[in-house]
Amino acid sequence: MSIQTDIDDDLPTLPPRILSKTRPFYWSVRRELWENRSIYVAPAATAAIVLAGLLIGAINLPHHHLVVSMDDSSPGKAAGIPFEAAGAIILIASFVVGFFYCLGALQGERRDRTILFWKSLPVSDLTTVVAKAAIPLVVLPVVTFAVIVVTHLIILAASFVILPMVGFPANAMLTQFPLLTTWVDLIYLLICLSLWHAPIWGWLMLVSGWARRATFLWAVGPPIALTVFERLAFGTHYVDAILRDRFKGALTAAFGSTMDAKGHLHIDADHLDPLKFISSPGLWIGLIVAAGLFAAAVRQRRYRTPI
Amino acid sequence: MACIEARGLRKAYGATVALDGIDLSVETGRILGLIGPNGAGKTTALSAILGLTPYQGELKVLGRDPWRERDELMADVCFIADVAVLPRWMRVSQAVDYVAGVHPRFDRAKAEALLAKTTIKHTSRVRELSKGMVAQLHLALVMAIDARLLVLDEPTLGLDILYRKSFYDTLLNDYFDNSRTIVVTTHQVEEVQHILTDLMFLNRGRIVLNTSMDAFEQRYAEVMVLPEHAAEARALGPLQERQVFGRSLFLFDTVDRDRLAALGEVRTPSIADLFVAVIGADQAEAQRPAA
Repeated sequence: MSIQTDIDDDLPTLPPRILSKTRPFYWSVRRELWENRSIYVAPAATAAIVLAGLLIGAINLPHHHLVVSMDDSSPGKAAGIPFEAAGAIILIASFVVGFFYCLGALQGERRDRTILFWKSLPVSDLTTVVAKAAIPLVVLPVVTFAVIVVTHLIILAASFVILPMVGFPANAMLTQFPLLTTWVDLIYLLICLSLWHAPIWGWLMLVSGWARRATFLWAVGPPIALTVFERLAFGTHYVDAILRDRFKGALTAAFGSTMDAKGHLHIDADHLDPLKFISSPGLWIGLIVAAGLFAAAVRQRRYRTPI
Repeated sequence: MACIEARGLRKAYGATVALDGIDLSVETGRILGLIGPNGAGKTTALSAILGLTPYQGELKVLGRDPWRERDELMADVCFIADVAVLPRWMRVSQAVDYVAGVHPRFDRAKAEALLAKTTIKHTSRVRELSKGMVAQLHLALVMAIDARLLVLDEPTLGLDILYRKSFYDTLLNDYFDNSRTIVVTTHQVEEVQHILTDLMFLNRGRIVLNTSMDAFEQRYAEVMVLPEHAAEARALGPLQERQVFGRSLFLFDTVDRDRLAALGEVRTPSIADLFVAVIGADQAEAQRPAA
């Protein structure tokens, strides 16, 4: 053994600071938020546009139009329209943000070679991918909820000013369209959507870790190709049905629904049905598929080199 | 214990063999220069050492298998690939926060002290810094980490000579000690010659030279020979002969110094000249069977 070795053994090694296991995860999520400001900027910007539209619309539209809708048999429902419309638009915007975030999550760092910097630090591939997965699964729903609630409050405040001018008592609206219940429903909806969409995020993340370029084409091409192939080869629509169900099936699984005489399904958004959701096979199959896809994404992160 | 120990390390990308079964051993407290032409397998060797790529053969870094135990290993190993890999969107303060957040051996005060010696502002984004400043920032982050092994892959690529000089000076004066090991690859061999303790030439995936710098200085000699002694010098079997200002420069491997002194002025060759001689011969040998 060499002399250096002996010196080395005698040197007091500095005890490393004890970092909790969750610290690298916490900082990995923070760095995603630093890098991808669209995660909160895009939903907030969407809300701002919706609010501006509603406000200008309320001033521009002939007042009798508003009054007529208020005189409807169910004025509470009419009063809820701007709230629900704003919520739906922000929800869709968040989905789009999540979609493009996931497509870039593992590809961007390979393209700009920063993966060499991230990998030079003691953060495992698993921690990194889980932190990235937490963006669409947890962070975006939380951001979406916050943005929608703030938007609702602003619409509410504006309503107190505008509605009395057209002869509708604003406080009546509160009793007819209970906001607090809406927010509880919203939390439930966001949780259900997050879990139901998990395999979509997993698929996008895997494509991002695997494709060298054109991640969007790789993400949407194969599902479309499969759908077309199945239709042409067998004349069936199973792939199509599975894909559709994955995008909007959460609604039928999470809420009570009724079938009308014509066979159309009507979703009753006021009737939360957590038991039905938890016991729906679609949820669990989706989660198992998502776990597999995320595991494959971790493997991609480990093996792939800069582009 | 050796810091890096490899036996039969091999890596192929399809039909291309990047590393052709190399053996190497780097003791703790050494500064190894890994020198080779483009495509020699330097970066592949470093990737294997850092656990960035799977490989065949045996490899232990700080007693660990870098591919299987990468996560644990990276607490003790630091790595600068080249100056371009710091995220361009990142602010200097964010870079310090992030490394402090994830690295158990990071000394924030030391990083701040190193940054204070530069003109880098905390609020700047990496994309706003010059190449040299990015290198300073990266070096400050890395030097504040109490690591056992530092791997530098072309760390000074594209920097001007002032930054290159200060990069290595800082590294040597404020960072290196006998408990640490540094492995560096670079094409700017003249600038690292005085800091290396060991030298390794890599060509076509194989090690063609592996020596300590002490042995290098004893083994190789460059002699400036007057024309009248040229034939005599050639008889001693030089590695290389080239003409400079009408005189012949001969490069010798293990030839008695006294005999050489009789021919002309003897000095230690530069790594660059030896590189040209050794790698040039190796390349020529590679092309011969093909021709």
